[in-house]
Amino acid sequence: MSKKCCSDDHQHKHDSESQISVQDFLERRSFLSVLIAIGGAVVTGILSVPILRYVFHPVFAKTTEIGWSEVGPSSDFTTLPKPVKKVIHVEQLDGWRKIISEKAIYVSRTAQGELRVLSPICPHLGCPIGWNDDLNQFKCPCHMGTFTPDGTWVSGPPPRGMDGLDTKIANGKLYVKYEYFRSLSPKKEAV
Amino acid sequence: MNSFKKLWNWLDQRANLNNLLTVALKEPIPGGPSWSYVFGSGLIFIFTLQALTGVLLAIYYTPSADHAYTTVAYISKEVASGSLLRGIHAYGSSAMVIMVVLHLSQTFLWGAYKGRREVLWLSGCALLTMILGMSFTGYLLPWDQKAYFATAVGTSVAGEVPFIGDLIKRFMRGGSDMGTLTLSRFFAAHVLFLPALIAGLISAHVYLFRKAGAAGPFTEDPVTPKSKMGYFYPKQLLMDIALAAFVIAVLAVIAATYPAELGPQANPADTQFLGRPEWYYRPMFQWLKYWNPPYTVIGIMVIPAIVGALLAGAPFLDRKLERRPWKRPLAVALYAFVLGGLAFMGWQSYRDDDNMPTVKAQIIAQDEETQRMMATPFEPQLEGTAHAEASPAQLSAAAETGKALFMRNACFACHGQNGVGGRGPRLIGIGSRMSSDQVFELLRRPRAAMLAGGMIPSPLKDDDLRALIEYLKTLK
Ligand code: FES
Repeated sequence: MSKKCCSDDHQHKHDSESQISVQDFLERRSFLSVLIAIGGAVVTGILSVPILRYVFHPVFAKTTEIGWSEVGPSSDFTTLPKPVKKVIHVEQLDGWRKIISEKAIYVSRTAQGELRVLSPICPHLGCPIGWNDDLNQFKCPCHMGTFTPDGTWVSGPPPRGMDGLDTKIANGKLYVKYEYFRSLSPKKEAV
Repeated sequence: MNSFKKLWNWLDQRANLNNLLTVALKEPIPGGPSWSYVFGSGLIFIFTLQALTGVLLAIYYTPSADHAYTTVAYISKEVASGSLLRGIHAYGSSAMVIMVVLHLSQTFLWGAYKGRREVLWLSGCALLTMILGMSFTGYLLPWDQKAYFATAVGTSVAGEVPFIGDLIKRFMRGGSDMGTLTLSRFFAAHVLFLPALIAGLISAHVYLFRKAGAAGPFTEDPVTPKSKMGYFYPKQLLMDIALAAFVIAVLAVIAATYPAELGPQANPADTQFLGRPEWYYRPMFQWLKYWNPPYTVIGIMVIPAIVGALLAGAPFLDRKLERRPWKRPLAVALYAFVLGGLAFMGWQSYRDDDNMPTVKAQIIAQDEETQRMMATPFEPQLEGTAHAEASPAQLSAAAETGKALFMRNACFACHGQNGVGGRGPRLIGIGSRMSSDQVFELLRRPRAAMLAGGMIPSPLKDDDLRALIEYLKTLK
């Protein structure tokens, strides 16, 4: 069988080696096979660490992230008789690109004077909620969900109040972290 | 019998493993194993390595003119071990060319193309051209200035071919100019088409080699060898693996010490940039300089065709079974002449660049710019509709003055509108590379390379110069 592998012309040159069994051929000279294994291990060793680090990079490093968006000087929002709509630029890191998009948000204050920045996305099915001056309420155009000026649920199918966004004040400016939340759930959960 | 042996036997009864291994390992070598036979498996190892690292690069790479550069910068600067793996792949192409030359020389000098080995030899010649095609197509993919202009030069050379030159050039470029279509087709050729061809040709080459049998030492009869047979396993395998370990170790050290370069992004508007190919294409690059119209066709077609035909035709032209190099003076002398000529022209190409002060200055400036680009941290690519509004061109009063100075003093004539670069280097991002004082110093006392490129020491008053620098810092 082993003769099949070689050119016809080589056949007659086979010495006694061609007679030895397959097992014996593969298993002999164990010292050299150890060296071969070491060589193979060197090659694999040099390559495997960088390859694993490279492939798993997004698992351990932060490759997607939503940054803080500037809303405006915080002094603009010290007193708010009614919610104001603001358009912010959301910077979203996505691997090697940074996507900048415009998003609308509402800045409002609770009855206690606490600052709240609200996402206009309806927690029911995601329609854009609008501020209605006449009613002094937020109103969703899709299924008529209504909310108080600080976003608390009043009526309609939405399962919870409007979603508040994380805010911070730095260098006299108000920043917000824009996020999306699961719809139809009574609990506010970021997605 | 331990459990591994049991499993092995179980598999062997179903997949005939022992037979397979024996066929692979019990390859007879007349006269036994030798270090001179390692280059063929060296090539297979490098090909495997290139395929592996290439697949890894594809995890983050995007083949479009809009994104290619950013994604390569991302691999080099952000991804863990990215620079190392990219370096191994990039320097791997040089290793491949070196190994091909060694393999070809060994086979040629040993007369191992003789004795019913014509088809084997031809498949090797085909593989040689495929490998050159791989390095040519791969070089463009990072889409930096070097890549872009080397490919511009390479494809316009193809355009010099009489009658069909323009057709070839447009076929390669995917149009009359280089652009995103060029990148797509080079990418497809580099990662799909050529590798598939190469894999097929390697199989054919190995199959034909096993059919013909190893030729053995050059004192040996190529058809019916008379020396005692040695075997591939274990000694030759050990030598081959030692070479593989050596190659990967050297590549890893080089890639870690000298990270693969990534210069400024390709800027087709830059008319000053000097395109230079990789070192192994330098001889061809130099050769073409000697042939001017109307003789160009001789240089790029006739003589290469003759050399190619002589090489591919070696087993048909040199039919005697004599293999000892000293008994084949003509063949060996021709081979040495061509190889020596190539080496000489390569050296000449570098020397010519070195001897022309303007060229030398420009190349130094390009290299410095590349080093600066590599030292700047990664900047994600901005995308989205709100981009323009998000970074409004709100300039401070000083920067406004500086902008006026930039336009009035014709800085823009060389450095481009908004510093995008042109005849002079790109100024975008200069604020993140140098402090204001460094820029000030540079503008007052430009380096020799800058002066050679046409830069003048700034005649502006200190205040105006500061304002100009304020403006330069806003260029992003
Ligand atoms: S989506 Fe707003 S109420 Fe249904």
